[in-house]
Amino acid sequence: MSVSIDDVHYIAELARLRVNESEAEAIQKDLNQILGYMQKLEELDTTNVEPLEHVLEMEFRTRKDEPKEPLSHEDAMKNAPDADSDYFRVPKVIE
Amino acid sequence: MYTSILKIQNALIKKTLSLPELVKGYLGKIESHNGDLNILIEVQADEAISRAEEIQLKINQGKAGALAGCILSLKDVYAQKNHPLTCGSSILKGLTSVYDAEIVDRLTSQDAIIIGRANMDEFAMGSSNEHSVYGPTRNPLNPDYVPGGSSGASAASIAAQFCNASIGSDTGGSVRQPASYTETVGLKPTYGRISRHGLVAYASSFDSVGPMGSSVSDVAQLLQVLAGEDEKDNSSSSNPPGDYVTAVTQEHRSFTIGIPSEYFSDGLDPEIHRKVDEIIQIAEKEGHLLKKVSLPYTQYGLATYYILATAEASSNLARYDGIRFGNRKMPTDSTSLRDLYIETRTQGFGDEVKRRILLGTYVLSKGYYDSYYGKAQKVRRLIREDFLRAFESVDILLSPATPTTAFKLGEKADPLSMYLNDVYTLPANLAGICAISIPAGKHSNGMPFGIQFQAGSFQEEKLLHCAAQFERYLNH
Repeated sequence: MSVSIDDVHYIAELARLRVNESEAEAIQKDLNQILGYMQKLEELDTTNVEPLEHVLEMEFRTRKDEPKEPLSHEDAMKNAPDADSDYFRVPKVIE
Repeated sequence: MYTSILKIQNALIKKTLSLPELVKGYLGKIESHNGDLNILIEVQADEAISRAEEIQLKINQGKAGALAGCILSLKDVYAQKNHPLTCGSSILKGLTSVYDAEIVDRLTSQDAIIIGRANMDEFAMGSSNEHSVYGPTRNPLNPDYVPGGSSGASAASIAAQFCNASIGSDTGGSVRQPASYTETVGLKPTYGRISRHGLVAYASSFDSVGPMGSSVSDVAQLLQVLAGEDEKDNSSSSNPPGDYVTAVTQEHRSFTIGIPSEYFSDGLDPEIHRKVDEIIQIAEKEGHLLKKVSLPYTQYGLATYYILATAEASSNLARYDGIRFGNRKMPTDSTSLRDLYIETRTQGFGDEVKRRILLGTYVLSKGYYDSYYGKAQKVRRLIREDFLRAFESVDILLSPATPTTAFKLGEKADPLSMYLNDVYTLPANLAGICAISIPAGKHSNGMPFGIQFQAGSFQEEKLLHCAAQFERYLNH
């Protein structure tokens, strides 16, 4: 199993990153080296092993369903790259 | 070699030292050396001095909090109201926190003073503090060397005597490896022990808040204030905190200490190996019961960790899209939303972050999910079971903290050799247990190295008690 240049472009597209041809080659090389190392896990038979999703087997807690305002509207908008007084502004998405 | 918080507190009570004096002393050091070492990316001089004056009054009245005298740097990964929060990344340049992280609330309410924000590897991804938009941080013990990472500048801020403590974060060893490289102490508490509200996420099933100081008692004092449930963080544990401050001063106790053979394999520097063997002999003389143990799945830790951590990172870092916050970049030849995302992320992230996002995206993508991510989750269980088995017969595990001392800037060019640095520290994150690195000695290359103790989940009292004893053996 090795990563092709097409794979690099495909995952870059999924991750919303742009890679040019020379970068793609360097990334391909890095990924193949790292994934080659990760192949080590194939040695292990894990047929009867349950995946570990939470290191602490603690019960899931829920909060009371009470409305709170952890952040004011003004604070929430404070770091927006582009906004009017009420909304975040983005480029037009509907033609 | 550095002054512990406790000693400073005693001097403050005896009035041989005043808090404003102490803070000004640190600020003087920062003024002289921060330019060369590139440790703090923001110095909060005025705030620190005025807080010192306020807290000095409380000390005079006998009303000061538990951390009066603790002057600390905060890794640039924590939210601190009205201060920048950038995670060493261009994509967050210009961001100002609108709230305080839970740890900031807890620290300042006990009269700790934040003196500045520490540089870091971008989004905590790195082991050398070379991957930051602000440029690399240098090791104060020798500026040709890295301070480790990703909390390298946090450790360096203590070693440079810019402050006496720091809060880093530990996902795969990010406080313990820098501690080993700078002759400081770094604690990775049990997963869930300290609230992560206000800690920017890298890999959520691993990330831990990491107290750092110059002695075991420093990190015990910090943990005492930081540990405990927080309703703002659902992953914080309801397990009641222990009495960590008392634990480090308790009378001598003999522990059953496991020596995991897998931590003494080929990659370990022979001088560090020899020194750890000496320490094991000291331990026997001091009355501890030493036992060889085996954690056979350790060799799969690195592969398992980098699959799971990059997968989680690729998902966590999807939020940086230039819409609600962050450094938006609009392409010159397009006005589409999709191209805005791509331009913002391509310009905003550095190479190592992109590499990990791409790797994480790959291992989660269709056709590869089961063979990488699914497989790694299963091996993670095997690694955790290794530890659970070991802790049935021993209290604590003792090992080197890192396979080598600090390396020189620019020395580790390929990513995999950088990742190999974390080989002794990341198993604790995979298993969710607690671990600490304390100074163990100096190498003939002049650089220090640490030893690591690991204990089971929520066994911090035992961990700190044992580490404090070894600190005493090694200090004379």
